[in-house]
Amino acid sequence: MNLAKLNDIAAATKEKCKNKKRVCVCAGAACISSGAIQTLDSMKKIVKEKGLDKTVDVIPVGCIGACHQGPLVKILPDETIYQKITPAEAALIAEKHLAKNEVVKSLLFATGAGKESPVNSNETDFFKKQRKVVLETCGNINPESIEDYIAVGGYQALYNILSTLSQEEVIAEVKAGGLRGRGGAGFPTGLKWEMVHRYINSTKYVVCNGDEGDPGAFMDRSVLEGDPHRILEGMAIAGYAVGAQKGYIYVRAEYPLAIKRLETAIKQARVQGLLGDKIFETDFNFDIEIRIGAGAFVCGEETALLASIEGKRGTPRPRPPYPAESGLWGKPTLINNVETFANIPKLILIGGKEFASVGTQKSAGTKVFALAGKIMNTGLVEVPMGITLREIIFEIGGGIPGGKKFKAAQTGGPSGGCIPESHLDTPVDYESLGALGTIMGSGGMIIMDETSCMVDVARYFMDFCMNESCGKCVPCRVGTKQMFDLLNKICTGQGSPADLALLEELAPYVRETSLCGLGMTAPNPLMSTLRYFREEYMAHINDHWCPAGVCKMEPAAQLAEAHS
Amino acid sequence: MTPLAAPTTTILVTIDEKTYSADPGETILDVCKREGINIPTLCFLEGVSTVGACRLCLIEIEGTRKLLPACATVVAPFQKVKTNSDRLKKNRRMTLELLFSERNHICSVCVANYNCRLQDLAHEVGMDHVRFPYLFPDCNVDGTNKIYNIDHNRCIMCTKCVRTCDEVEGAHTWDVRGRGFESRIIADFDEAWGTSPTCTLCGKCVSVCPTGALWHKQSVQNNMKKSPEMVSELTAKRGRKG
Repeated sequence: MNLAKLNDIAAATKEKCKNKKRVCVCAGAACISSGAIQTLDSMKKIVKEKGLDKTVDVIPVGCIGACHQGPLVKILPDETIYQKITPAEAALIAEKHLAKNEVVKSLLFATGAGKESPVNSNETDFFKKQRKVVLETCGNINPESIEDYIAVGGYQALYNILSTLSQEEVIAEVKAGGLRGRGGAGFPTGLKWEMVHRYINSTKYVVCNGDEGDPGAFMDRSVLEGDPHRILEGMAIAGYAVGAQKGYIYVRAEYPLAIKRLETAIKQARVQGLLGDKIFETDFNFDIEIRIGAGAFVCGEETALLASIEGKRGTPRPRPPYPAESGLWGKPTLINNVETFANIPKLILIGGKEFASVGTQKSAGTKVFALAGKIMNTGLVEVPMGITLREIIFEIGGGIPGGKKFKAAQTGGPSGGCIPESHLDTPVDYESLGALGTIMGSGGMIIMDETSCMVDVARYFMDFCMNESCGKCVPCRVGTKQMFDLLNKICTGQGSPADLALLEELAPYVRETSLCGLGMTAPNPLMSTLRYFREEYMAHINDHWCPAGVCKMEPAAQLAEAHS
Repeated sequence: MTPLAAPTTTILVTIDEKTYSADPGETILDVCKREGINIPTLCFLEGVSTVGACRLCLIEIEGTRKLLPACATVVAPFQKVKTNSDRLKKNRRMTLELLFSERNHICSVCVANYNCRLQDLAHEVGMDHVRFPYLFPDCNVDGTNKIYNIDHNRCIMCTKCVRTCDEVEGAHTWDVRGRGFESRIIADFDEAWGTSPTCTLCGKCVSVCPTGALWHKQSVQNNMKKSPEMVSELTAKRGRKG
């Protein structure tokens, strides 16, 4: 592979699509489960039957974002999105939009009731405020075609750095971009790369953490399924910068489609000479292997993930030494999240300075969130850092369905905390969310309305952490179990003020003494619900009453009567 | 691997406001042991790998927000360490409270009574009662081995037996299955110990077990003496450490 060949592929692919309409049928996991494959097949069949295949390409694409309205069909270059498209409706779209260029208004993607839907989906409330960097091409290209990725500028960044930049210059660029770890903790990516780069004369590894395990989170999944080459390119760039020749992508087994598409992508990249020996005819060799997780949440913790790649039981170990010093098989290892790597090609192409112009001063760039729970528009959104939660939930997300009242948003899944209504105008960045007692997390955002009981929510997440604790250290193994039991007592109306006092002593202890991030953050949902919704706990304990009507218990009066 | 600027000369560290010299690569626990500073440990065993799992030896280092395990933290020049602050003492009591609440640790009927590391530590840190409900999970006693017994009710999951069996005896009979509160020590593929084809009956696991979970069939209440130093001496003679 060289630049001329890369440009040839891009030009040939563009030529093929020239003056043609592109029908992108979402083949993300959510749309597939609502019947996208049937829609895709029927669309292909009809286009062929009507002889439209000279002017129309029908392709499967990755996640378009509005998962609640799947199966989605997007027509390019018109940027028109149709929602909930059945095979029969696909025929209608082909007949009208594709053959006669007439928009089928009744099927247009709608984000709010009563309003007329714009023909260009980028003008809808759902897409208007989004800013796509990581998901730039996700939903527009066929994830199983390397040509599609190259045609939209793919692997150009890799060529650029190999031909013009030194390792130090690449790292300086990433630092200038101010990119921070998208796995949730927000460690500066450039600094991490530099730490690994510093070790000389050693075998090094690059690892991509795709073990997304938070309940309700599907950002990494969508990127892996929708644009796998972007991850490969980001990893190759990282490999060059830190001096590694081998990369591993750790994906959880629950994502079979992501694994399949990654496998395809790796094969294609090898065939094109974009992975393997002498990439772009330079001395840079880099190859990537997939490792499949076996269903343990704790393997998202970096040291547990590395142990799992080595074939050992996936349990964390104390840090320091950090993986940058002693990682995979004791070698310096760079480990970044899927979304972090997905940011890299764009960052290199536009330059660090330009990249940092989006977002806030301390949190540069964009963040992908998976909206879930009691919200109108569930799905995948990418927003600039610094946007307020209110904008995400009420403008992009369309607010709470059924006229219900917003109660809280949970970011960071079981490791994060809840944000009440009074803090909805907080800008989304690492520091502001930290100050509220939650974390940015990997991007799950669960919205709760007045029908959710916050004590029950705390119990749910504690149950999750208790079941996912690896059992290695005492505070997490026994502490989460005791906290769960105490919460369960409160939820069933058996709790006493003494139980609450014990919980409040146990929670900071578990946070302070646990071995890894799972245990350290396990008390967060409990502590933040206690901080903002203490009156709900008190109602359960003193009045034996669940204000949201979720927890089933005997009312206090009946209890007193029964005991008298 | 060539870490940059690895110190090769003696390091000065301050522990509990006294300054000591240490060799590069030594852990804080090494220094404390040499200097006679007592730090409670439970999962640490000289001679086998360190896991930092019991969280009893956590110490405070000035400038670090996290508490770090003394057994797994290597000394750095001019480090200021606190080993016995009120915060640490409180945490240690809580850790033991949780351990006692987890399984069945009733001393009066235990073979290891008076010879038990868990019991000693409870005395040491002043853990005199448990405020949490006793959990008593459903654990069995495996008496199939002809010389030894394992009583999972008394196991604290320190994994000393697992590490010793793998790293010193080289048999790797013991391992861990399950996760969290449900994790258990298992022989081979979760089989009866007596049928294990890998177990050499060397008894090292029994010697290093800090509680009455592993014991000799001949012992009765109060008389099972443990000798973890046997394994440490053995590995020292073989010229390896940790």
